[in-house]
Amino acid sequence: MLNIKNLHVSVDNKKILKGVDLAVHAGEVHAIMGPNGSGKSTLANVLAGREGYVITQGSITYLGKDLTVLPPEQRACEGIFLAFQYPVEIPGVNNVYMLKAALNAIRAYRGQGPLDAMEFLNLAREKARVVKMKDELLGRAVNEGFSGGEKKRNEIFQMAVLEPRLAILDETDSGLDIDALKIVAEGVNRLRSPDRAIILVTHYQRLLDYIIPDRVHVLSDGRIVKSGDRELALQLEEKGYDWVRGETAAA
Amino acid sequence: MATKPENLEALVQKKYTQGFVTEIEADTVAPGLNAEVIAFISHKKNEPRWLLDFRLKAYQQWLKMEQPKWAHVHYEPIDYQAISYYSAPRSVKDAPKSLDEVDPKLLETYAKLGIPLHEQKMLAGVAVDAVFDSVSVATTFKEKLAAAGVIFCSFSEAVHNHPDLVRQYLGSVVPIADNFYAALNSAVFTDGSFCYIPKNTRCPMELSTYFRINASKTGQFERTLIVAEEGSHVSYLEGCTAPMRDENQLHAAVVELIALDNAQIKYSTVQNWYPGDAEGKGGIYNFVTKRGDCRGRNSRISWTQVETGSAITWKYPGCILRGDNSVGEFYSVAVTNNYQQADTGTKMIHLGRNTRSTIIAKGISAGHGQNSYRGLVKIGNNAAGARNYTQCDSLLMGDKCGAHTFPYIETKNASAQVEHEATTSRINDDQLFYCRQRGISEEDAVNMIVNGFCRDVFKELPMEFAVEAQKLLSVTLEGAVG
Repeated sequence: MLNIKNLHVSVDNKKILKGVDLAVHAGEVHAIMGPNGSGKSTLANVLAGREGYVITQGSITYLGKDLTVLPPEQRACEGIFLAFQYPVEIPGVNNVYMLKAALNAIRAYRGQGPLDAMEFLNLAREKARVVKMKDELLGRAVNEGFSGGEKKRNEIFQMAVLEPRLAILDETDSGLDIDALKIVAEGVNRLRSPDRAIILVTHYQRLLDYIIPDRVHVLSDGRIVKSGDRELALQLEEKGYDWVRGETAAA
Repeated sequence: MATKPENLEALVQKKYTQGFVTEIEADTVAPGLNAEVIAFISHKKNEPRWLLDFRLKAYQQWLKMEQPKWAHVHYEPIDYQAISYYSAPRSVKDAPKSLDEVDPKLLETYAKLGIPLHEQKMLAGVAVDAVFDSVSVATTFKEKLAAAGVIFCSFSEAVHNHPDLVRQYLGSVVPIADNFYAALNSAVFTDGSFCYIPKNTRCPMELSTYFRINASKTGQFERTLIVAEEGSHVSYLEGCTAPMRDENQLHAAVVELIALDNAQIKYSTVQNWYPGDAEGKGGIYNFVTKRGDCRGRNSRISWTQVETGSAITWKYPGCILRGDNSVGEFYSVAVTNNYQQADTGTKMIHLGRNTRSTIIAKGISAGHGQNSYRGLVKIGNNAAGARNYTQCDSLLMGDKCGAHTFPYIETKNASAQVEHEATTSRINDDQLFYCRQRGISEEDAVNMIVNGFCRDVFKELPMEFAVEAQKLLSVTLEGAVG
């Protein structure tokens, strides 16, 4: 589904990613772990097409297409979803209204007709239950006055409504208490399916207690320095990131 | 060319002898302004003497006044002697015969705004023999109002049918010498609307100039007078979202509102006059004086305006909060794109005790647009317990536009509370990216964010107007980002 080859990315002329290789297949859940500043969020943003991230080398292929030439909204329409590390507030714009516009834009791209207000509201209510989001939050302005946990839940709610092919969760677990973490994880687990792939970008192992990944990659200084299965995450938890750094330095 | 008052009598008797273009098109007066022209207008409209006196007095004042220069707008001086101050509606033979003859760009805009075909014809000034369904609409409308005792008619009709009411209230809120443009309007106004709501009456429907537009051409010097008697309530809508074609560059309207004890007036405007082209050529100069007088106790006047058109906008709809416990409100969205300039805001004059005012002003600047908020909050000696809350937010799109805020606060009563909050922001890249990442195109995302920015004002508009205003905003800002 996703094929990243020798990816080099600079931000403000500073090299952040220095040759990332990663292949993700449909049905898989990959966890990208790594210390602060290793380039995890950069990778997530590059996949979503954020401006200011310059690809200096390498390629990203998604469903056989060159992803790098597509604007962000087209990537979204092609099924890429980014759950933001810091979801933004949009004052005055109703949460459900924005989501309906998003879903209908994606449907139009796929040649499907728009959902009307009632159909959409029924869908939204059903999906809100998945992440145990209060109805009251649906009618508020996008993320405005939401607590940190509510914002993250809102991201998973949006994901549930938009049903992406490739979901990238950028530190969705950060700032969540254990109850919220379980709810978010449950929301993600429900979305696991054979034709969908999920990339979890996370700093800590604890999310992986609830969402069991197929593959774990450790990103350090702009490169994937180690890949493995769930065991790798547990080892990291025990030994810390210095262990990986030391091991790669020694190798 | 000043006329001494002693000559007025002779003038009134005298027929207009010069300035007609031809005998056939005798309804158009040659450019220029003098007492004779004013007498001609008054004569043409068959006005009573007191109204002619009113006009001439205003004219005398106007001669002594100068065009205001303090506004943050720039334009070439206007030659007031080059303007024709009276012209009958355009003759049918000059009008476009069908929509095929109308500027395709204009039609494109109508289509985007979703305006029905027959209304498009009306707006574009296409000559039509019969006035479609709107006749029956207007008739039922009139019957319903008459049953409630509400008077809603053109200003000219009111002068003839309700002279005492007009005479009592005309110029009582905006005095003839209030400012240069108000004086000019008082001297030469041609028509407008009059509205009277009797005691303890709730007007059964939203009053809209739109229903009146067929009846008479409003013209460039429009006069509106709304009187709400004790305990009455009215909501009035001015303008429409469709861009209106007009050959007159200068528009100087005067609007006066009077609310007596416990009365409420809600006045909503959508202004979309021709803004000029992308290079800043042409466009309407909209120099308007609007003021409401909360004359009675517990009265309330709300102004809501969405200003997207005109090359230059100069207007400050205000409230005189004379009655104790009266409330004034001003909600405004002003948009300047390309080379448009707007200097707009409000005046809240607190005279009575426990008077309250709220000001929410949203300015959006794009292209080379210049947008200024100018607002005065004045608390008089006796306005004990007066309160004001002002919030001005500016949104900038691109780096060639400007946003300016000029708040004036004068307080003469120590018990008053005045709050002012102002913010200036750019369309935020993070917000844009967030929307786009969800699949929404950049243009739709901009519209959504801008509409969100204006929400506090739009929610004050009557429902169907609010929907139109949103569409209008997106058409106005088309291509402003990216």
